[in-house]
Amino acid sequence: MASDIWQPKIDRYVDAELSEEEMRAMDAHLRECSSCAVQALRQMRLKHDTKLAARRYASSPQFRRKIADQVIANQVIADQVGARRPVPWRWGWAPLLAAAAMVLLVAGIFLSRSSEQARSGQLLSELTDIHVANLAASTPVDVVSSDRHTVKPWFQGKVPFSFNLPELAGSPFTLVGGRLTYLDHEPGAHLIYNIGAHHISVFVFRDQPDLAHAFSTGESSKDVLKFHVESWSAHELRYFVVGDASDESIHQLTSMWKEAGNS
Amino acid sequence: MPLFDSLYNFAGWLTGNREEAEDLVQETYLKALKGFSSFQQGTNFRAWIFRILRNAFLTSRTGLKATRTVPLESDDEETAVASATMDTPESILLGRASQEAIQAALGKLPVIFREVLLLSDVEEMSYQEISETVSIPIGTVMSRLYRARRAMREELQGASNG
Repeated sequence: MASDIWQPKIDRYVDAELSEEEMRAMDAHLRECSSCAVQALRQMRLKHDTKLAARRYASSPQFRRKIADQVIANQVIADQVGARRPVPWRWGWAPLLAAAAMVLLVAGIFLSRSSEQARSGQLLSELTDIHVANLAASTPVDVVSSDRHTVKPWFQGKVPFSFNLPELAGSPFTLVGGRLTYLDHEPGAHLIYNIGAHHISVFVFRDQPDLAHAFSTGESSKDVLKFHVESWSAHELRYFVVGDASDESIHQLTSMWKEAGNS
Repeated sequence: MPLFDSLYNFAGWLTGNREEAEDLVQETYLKALKGFSSFQQGTNFRAWIFRILRNAFLTSRTGLKATRTVPLESDDEETAVASATMDTPESILLGRASQEAIQAALGKLPVIFREVLLLSDVEEMSYQEISETVSIPIGTVMSRLYRARRAMREELQGASNG
């Protein structure tokens, strides 16, 4: 039947997703075919009514003001940071152009490194935020288990990669569980461990170009707001270990994860 | 503020709860401000900020709970031809569903269908924009939209008969 060809296109017609040529052809067909015309009309009516009915949630003026104030406050901070940037010089002396070019070359290399450092600092800061926010949460994990064979399968279908958790037998660490997290809009795995009264977070993400660029030095070990952070990449994955436990403990857990990642 | 009303409404439909919607919108703006450097000029800002909100929702407890309930049918299912109906233009106009019935039907949709329907019908996003926002292929957008609308029609039909 002719309608069999046209009916699957009705949704795209109603959503204005057909090409101009297809739209014209569909218009012509609807003038001839009452069955398709009824269906298209019904779809248009539902789309229109859904649009009207779905405008359901409106914020209070107080909440709108609160968000606006936060946006302005952040903008002010950003402007202040921007204002501190040095203004480029304008040299008109030809003999100094070569020297200027040299300065720019060195500055370019320096700024490139600074930009990488700023980006990695921003990402590490975000991870420590997640770590701290998680400690304060009433239920810090979505899968509660000390068994790595329970925790690992929970991430299947939730993160676009697979990873190995280390065997903890004989170590001072206890696995608390895991949860899904996001860094830079990319899904990742967040594992939480206990050692004594301390909590340690292990994050695993795909080693995206942005992450790889920010951590171009490969492995790193830094202190962010008194939290010790270790990071490395292996087999296209990027790992972070974050915690306020001793440097030795963080390093020991890092080594165990590296070993598991290579097995 | 750009897209404030749209983001708030979308957050409300995802969470079904005003307090959680406010938390979600606040988190979205803070993340957007903090991560603005990751926004690539020339790309779609609306899809970018809706994606931030959606990702924040997915990591919330409500989001994780909502996405655990997944429909049994595959996303790759062909968008089947709708079954023949006895509708006429007159019956469609006369049988227009009430706003409350549409809201109830929308609220019953699984979140993966509700979000694409809202982005298409309320935000008037193109399939390409929805694909970028939800991070799924365009074919899956079409399939989910088709199934969302079919579920809406069935729910509204059931409500009018019941």
